[in-house]
Amino acid sequence: MNALAAVAREVVGLFVDDGWLAAAIVAVVALAGLAAALVPNVYLPAGLILLVGCLGVLVANVLAAVRR
Amino acid sequence: MGGVAQIGPVMTAVFLASLVEAVEALTIILAVATVRGWRPAGVGALAGLISLAVIVLALGPALEIVPLRLLQLAIGILLLLFGMRWLRKAILRAAGVLALHDEEKAFAATTAELRREGAAAAQRADWLAGVASYKAVLLEGLEVVFIVIAVSAGRGLLLPASVSALAACALVAVAGLIVYRPLARVPENTLKFAVGVMLSAFGVFWTGEGLGVPWPGEDLAIVVFVALFLATGLVSISLVQRSRTATAR
Repeated sequence: MNALAAVAREVVGLFVDDGWLAAAIVAVVALAGLAAALVPNVYLPAGLILLVGCLGVLVANVLAAVRR
Repeated sequence: MGGVAQIGPVMTAVFLASLVEAVEALTIILAVATVRGWRPAGVGALAGLISLAVIVLALGPALEIVPLRLLQLAIGILLLLFGMRWLRKAILRAAGVLALHDEEKAFAATTAELRREGAAAAQRADWLAGVASYKAVLLEGLEVVFIVIAVSAGRGLLLPASVSALAACALVAVAGLIVYRPLARVPENTLKFAVGVMLSAFGVFWTGEGLGVPWPGEDLAIVVFVALFLATGLVSISLVQRSRTATAR
């Protein structure tokens, strides 16, 4: 049972290492989804939010990691 | 069938990622073989491969019943989480914030642990060694399986992606058997950086497609995303290094 829990923890760890980063990525995707839902048939703003948001989250996260 | 603009990045990303994971699994298997012999190492690795095959066989048909848009969105988000995690770690390692992953050190730590466990419970030593080998193959293999499925699902690229992964694993296995020591010279962080860049680019592309975004240039947008993530990664390394230098003064 312990081994199974350890494997499950490691599987989750494949995607979530730094909780801040994972939460920020999910927030960016949610924001892009919201933009796509609010402005139907004009999807490019959602794409821009997604792309720029992910790049911004990456830079902000590594800089925050250095300060930590 | 996937576009030409996708086959190259897909095969490269899968090959490099599989190379990294196979090197990490090989280190543990070699440690087990060194301490307890090839039998528990081989049996554990084989059991790990069988478990992976079962997971792939169970997961494959299940993926076919999921609507494409939902599949793209879910896999896109997982790719973003997975790829940006690798990219973040590779940037911090390249900038000297985190220590580089050292296969020699991992090998020494695993052999020391197995020797300790063997001394404490001699009769269970082979079993524990086999479990270590099994876990290494299963966990590293799961990452390979995820990457293969994630970058090829719904695109008809499962075959080239699988061939890429198998080629990388075979290459590492042959190299490991020949040198019979951890492959410490593989530039693991550079590979992880490259894979992180590509998986993050695929993640943005498929998450966008899942949301209904019609990317300009269609599949060619992936190449632009790769370039943007690469540039951002390199700039981030430089920013972190400068920030550390300024703090040290």
